[in-house]
Amino acid sequence: MDKVMSNRLVAALYVLPALLLLVVLIYIPIVLTGYYGLMQWDGIGAMTFIGLENYTRLLQDGTFWQSAYHTFLLALFSALSLIGYLMIALVLSGKIKGANLFRKIYLIPMLLSSVAIAQLWLKIYHPSNGVLNTFLEAIGIANPPAWLAEPSLVLYALFVPILWQYAGFYILIYYAALKNIPESLVEAARIDGASPWQIAFRIKLPLITEVIKVTIVLAVVGSLKYFDLIYVMTDGGPNGSSEVMASYMYHQAFRGFDFGYGSAVGFFLLVICLVVTWLLRKATASKDTIQYS
Amino acid sequence: MNKKPIAMLLTLTLILTIFLSGCSNSDSDGKGEASGSGSDGKVTLKFMHLWPAGSSAQQNKLVNDIIKQYQTDHPNVTIKQEVLENEQYKNKLKILSASNELPDVGVTWAAGFLEPYVKGNLFAPVDELLSGPLEGKFIAGTTEAYAVEGKTYALPIELNISPIYYNKDIFAKYNLQPPATYDEFLNVVKTLTDNGEVPIALGNKDRWTGSLWYMYLANRLGGDALEKAIQGTGKFDDPALIEAAAEVQKLVDMNAFNKGFNGLSNDEGKSEFMNEKAAMYLMGTWELPNYTTNPDVPQEFKDKIGFFKFPTMEEGKSDINSWVGGPGVGLFVAQNSKVKDEAQKFVQYFVEKWGESSVTEAGVIPATKVDTAEVQLPQLYTDLLNELNQASSLTLFADVQMKPAAAQVHLDMIQALFGKAVTPEEFVKNHQAAIDKGN
Repeated sequence: MDKVMSNRLVAALYVLPALLLLVVLIYIPIVLTGYYGLMQWDGIGAMTFIGLENYTRLLQDGTFWQSAYHTFLLALFSALSLIGYLMIALVLSGKIKGANLFRKIYLIPMLLSSVAIAQLWLKIYHPSNGVLNTFLEAIGIANPPAWLAEPSLVLYALFVPILWQYAGFYILIYYAALKNIPESLVEAARIDGASPWQIAFRIKLPLITEVIKVTIVLAVVGSLKYFDLIYVMTDGGPNGSSEVMASYMYHQAFRGFDFGYGSAVGFFLLVICLVVTWLLRKATASKDTIQYS
Repeated sequence: MNKKPIAMLLTLTLILTIFLSGCSNSDSDGKGEASGSGSDGKVTLKFMHLWPAGSSAQQNKLVNDIIKQYQTDHPNVTIKQEVLENEQYKNKLKILSASNELPDVGVTWAAGFLEPYVKGNLFAPVDELLSGPLEGKFIAGTTEAYAVEGKTYALPIELNISPIYYNKDIFAKYNLQPPATYDEFLNVVKTLTDNGEVPIALGNKDRWTGSLWYMYLANRLGGDALEKAIQGTGKFDDPALIEAAAEVQKLVDMNAFNKGFNGLSNDEGKSEFMNEKAAMYLMGTWELPNYTTNPDVPQEFKDKIGFFKFPTMEEGKSDINSWVGGPGVGLFVAQNSKVKDEAQKFVQYFVEKWGESSVTEAGVIPATKVDTAEVQLPQLYTDLLNELNQASSLTLFADVQMKPAAAQVHLDMIQALFGKAVTPEEFVKNHQAAIDKGN
């Protein structure tokens, strides 16, 4: 086996199909998107080269910056929610009763498609006969808000199902990482008289920092390009109050017939994702990694 | 492991790769072949439409019947259908246009929607059909909506007007009559809200739904001021257009619409009316099957539904017989279709058959003239058909009249207006800016 793999030609042959697909399906479209961003194009007729006009327009577009701010809020909430998921994983990885059951409960939203989740939460948020408002009225709140129609509330109302959707994923990652810590380390600490808190914060967390870093990048970059639930539930409305960058791109290109501008938004989004990923890696880079083997 | 299995595995990978890339190749080649005529005179037509069996059962059945009959009459023709839901249909049409791979026959909307496709030289003119076999078959004024610079690019198959449907039971409970004047209408709204009822069902997440209300108010107050402003012969700062916007917000303040309407889709808004939780619902006549022929809706409910025309306003400029409506969708033939002649023949056949059977089978109003004397029709349907014949003017839906970019601004502004995020003055100012921008 090793002999075969050391043959460069064979290795290249193995790598080639995946590389081809990646280039054709990912890299070429990225370059094309950047290229279309330089054009005035309605998606149908002829393209006109307008240089960086779309990009300068982007920088002055208040609606775009508003949607960028919404995206930033989503990324912030996703990152903060990781703390909660970590706590849950810490509890579950300890020896508590029913840990298995809880793990499954948290994981279930992950098994549903985004559209199914959106439909479910649309029912929950329905202004007059939704589960939420029916409950609120039952406990004596006379006039509960119409969650998805209230510009000041809609964004936060959307964050709940989005965070709920991914909770299981992060809890599972943390849980797996925590379970990987050798029992002997925890045992030794316990014998030395460390409290459960000390074990959690001084032993367990430092040992899974690498995993935590990865999840932060995943959560932040995932939020930057988030689209589906928002598209199905509010379509960016009412009046743009739940518009995020990806939905704004979609609306410009496909609803407004402005493919050039939509492409510029898309390309800008890619650049932001790359920059943020780089910054996060930079910020979380540590000189000495802790190892337990 | 010896080398043989490895070599075999590699060969397999390679074959798979070639096979996969070959697939996409043969697919794009196949398209040309599929929609072309073969050497034996066999023709395959691609037809893309937006009546899925799930959401438009009556229409879907009708399309299938027509296709089946056409294939029996023309044994050398095979028609391949592609069915998409409304919003997806619009997206797919754009993407296919960008790569110049439109189906031979497809569905389009009129006016501003159609224009970019015509400018991009994607739709073939159908004037030959209009002056030939289909001459005089259409209701006057329907085909004009599909004309750009003197040529017609699609043939309409529906004609719609938008009445206000109402629930007779709820009205009777509070001793209300269908209003004829706007003051009476406001009184109906007030009586209903005072009694804790929801007067009007509205799902304004879709935004064109709210646009209907604005269009009627603008029409009643200012006559054709809105049309003129859209076409550029007038301006949006017409006092009537500002007042209409203010009137919308007045209705919102009166709680005339169901709660949370800006977050509800049209389907959700509609269900408020269908579940008898709201007394009125302003919608196009494409909803008629639900109140007449649709077997899934209980007869008991159908019997409760009546309609009235949008009330007139005392100081207004238009009469009660001017409607918001117009032709719905039409059929186009792709300019680069390899079987254009066959495609045109099919379109002609489709339009004729649809005209004959859409009345009785689907309960929708076709754009072609119908002889209703011979068929037994539901009363509601006949009444609306008569109204259509007496219409003094028909204002085409604003988002269809406008070009895509301006239509987008219009729809966004409608939602903002209903949500009180803009003042009536800002509302008209933004419209004017969008119209001025052109494109």
